[in-house]
Amino acid sequence: MSYIPNILFAIALIVGIGFFANNVRKLIRNIKLGRDVDVSDHTSQRWKNMAMIALGQSKMVKRPVSGFLHIIVYVGFIIINIEVLEIIIDGLAGTHRIFSSIGPLYGVLIGVFEILAVLVFVSVIIFWIRRNIIKIKRFWANEMTSWPKNDANYILYIEMVLMALFLIMNATDLKFQAMENGNVISQFLTPLFSGLSEGTIHIIERSAWWLHILGILAFLNYLYFSKHLHILLAFPNTYFGKIAPKGQFKNNDVVTKEVKMMMDPNVDPFAAQPEGAGDETPAKFGASDVQDLSWVQLLNAYTCTECGRCTSECPANITGKKLSPRKIMMDTRDRLEEVGKNIDANNGVFKDDGKQLLDDYITREELWACTTCNACVEACPVSIDPMSIIVEMRNYLVMEQSAAPMELNNMMTNIENNGAPWPYNQMDRLNWKNE
Amino acid sequence: MSEQIVVPTMAEFMAQGKQPEVLFWVGCMGSFDDRAKKVTKAFVKLLHKSKVDFAVLGTEESCTGDPAKRAGNEFLFQMQAVTNIEVLNAYEIKKIVTACPHCFNTIKNEYPGLGGNYQVMHHTQFLKSLLDEGRLTVEGGQFKGKRITFHDPCYLGRGNDIYEAPRDLIRKLDAELVEMKSCKSRGLCCGAGGAQMFKEAEPGNKEINVKRTEEAIEVKPDIIAAGCPFCNTMMTDGVKSTNKESEIAVMDIAELIANAQDL
Repeated sequence: MSYIPNILFAIALIVGIGFFANNVRKLIRNIKLGRDVDVSDHTSQRWKNMAMIALGQSKMVKRPVSGFLHIIVYVGFIIINIEVLEIIIDGLAGTHRIFSSIGPLYGVLIGVFEILAVLVFVSVIIFWIRRNIIKIKRFWANEMTSWPKNDANYILYIEMVLMALFLIMNATDLKFQAMENGNVISQFLTPLFSGLSEGTIHIIERSAWWLHILGILAFLNYLYFSKHLHILLAFPNTYFGKIAPKGQFKNNDVVTKEVKMMMDPNVDPFAAQPEGAGDETPAKFGASDVQDLSWVQLLNAYTCTECGRCTSECPANITGKKLSPRKIMMDTRDRLEEVGKNIDANNGVFKDDGKQLLDDYITREELWACTTCNACVEACPVSIDPMSIIVEMRNYLVMEQSAAPMELNNMMTNIENNGAPWPYNQMDRLNWKNE
Repeated sequence: MSEQIVVPTMAEFMAQGKQPEVLFWVGCMGSFDDRAKKVTKAFVKLLHKSKVDFAVLGTEESCTGDPAKRAGNEFLFQMQAVTNIEVLNAYEIKKIVTACPHCFNTIKNEYPGLGGNYQVMHHTQFLKSLLDEGRLTVEGGQFKGKRITFHDPCYLGRGNDIYEAPRDLIRKLDAELVEMKSCKSRGLCCGAGGAQMFKEAEPGNKEINVKRTEEAIEVKPDIIAAGCPFCNTMMTDGVKSTNKESEIAVMDIAELIANAQDL
């Protein structure tokens, strides 16, 4: 009989981690729907970026208030999770605070955890106030309704509850309180329970302990459905983020081949195709759906935590245009999820659903409003590149559909005909020196 | 008015069997836009003053393809790029300077993958290097003590992390350099990039250039300094639309330095 809690604990752990593993599998499969892209270069720079930007939060602190609060929650979250290790061992082995045998150091550890728990609790409340009372503009943009808005608040509630449970668990652990070692915060909570019998207090302690670990396991599985996924994906995302100067756009290799062939006087335009050349599917230029994007761009979409720093810096958005870089990322993720579910429902094969990222999610008006100024890329604290998606969708519109706005078509015709975006003769290019 | 200035072309250099120190890539704005042509001339005057042996491509120059690429026409971009690279490589060009951050970015970053490898400098970087080498002197002149704010071009600043060269030059004018609330890596775009220069903006509640000009006006400058012909146009229009053209001038850094010396 006495093993029942251990067995229940093991089952909870296996179910929780099992579901999570399944989520991760799905996540990786969906990300791999993207085009392949070589990111094997600049390994040391990439590790450095990850260390600085993700681990070191270097871009978060560009906005000092939210950056500071975020660091508290981030550090608190990581360090307090050391406690989870003890909880798991205790749960499986039926022990109680197994690490307490290490002596005074244990008190130091728990003491630090308790202080951090309070700091996290307070920070999360400030986050909630910023979002719901002060109503900071970037949290109330058009795309921040329904799920995105609720998701953000749920995360804050879950964090408050988890921190509270941790402190209650310690406060009602009478043995731990009696040790007088590390209960720096919880000792002040213990009196709240003083009127209760020892048995009741024990039940509260057990309940808090169980809810704490079950809550963590549930939270782990909530990630996949939430913007909170960034706590894991920020690391690979900053690693795989853009290394080249921000102004540099990728050159399309397929186009390069064609252009070089056109420019090469030795090419015989009537030559038969070399063997096997016709087998390749003709390349589609640009992106109209998520499968046309690279897997790094899809990873970007899952990493986005919808903070809106990009949108709040976007010149188009600031001046009332529909474009919001955050929405570009959210749309990409939503569509990717839809494609993933489609694949799940059709035994592993995507069945055309008559929808795509372009028009069904992202409108042309949004795409054409971008000034390619890179403010969104610069603002992102986790190296997401919304602009690259915009440009690739423009590539599709122009190169596959010839659907650029008329004025841009005129500009391009001019470049084609006379080497300048306006209808001036190339032979007049040096006239300025005589004017 | 016609004041002839000497602007040697690569073809002339080639005919004499000589190679210039640097190729000045004028760009479409610098060649055709009335406002930008003044910047081109100011820069040429500074090159002469500093005894820089330079040449232009003249009629052999063509659009770098930047607006085509940003608008999504990769094919047209690469056609332009490869054509330009053929010309540049035929002349064995090693070093290029340009007063347009868009040309600068494209040639510097996007041409190497297509076979065009050059040392490319923005004109503010180049002027700074002339200054450091002692070939150019910068004096305050009429700009001494003036409040000047620098509007960072996206493709110079964020695009290529160049923030200090233009500022160093402004400081040399003994002017008071004042920063807008969003500057350097957080500088607000003028609204022209990404081929927006060539089309009407999408519906919104304000033009981007007006918004940026308002940010500039907040710091009460005498002069808004620009480092890009597109920004220059956008900011000039912005100043006009806020009826401040009698109080605030929009000038390129090259013009500031040239005018300070009454060139």
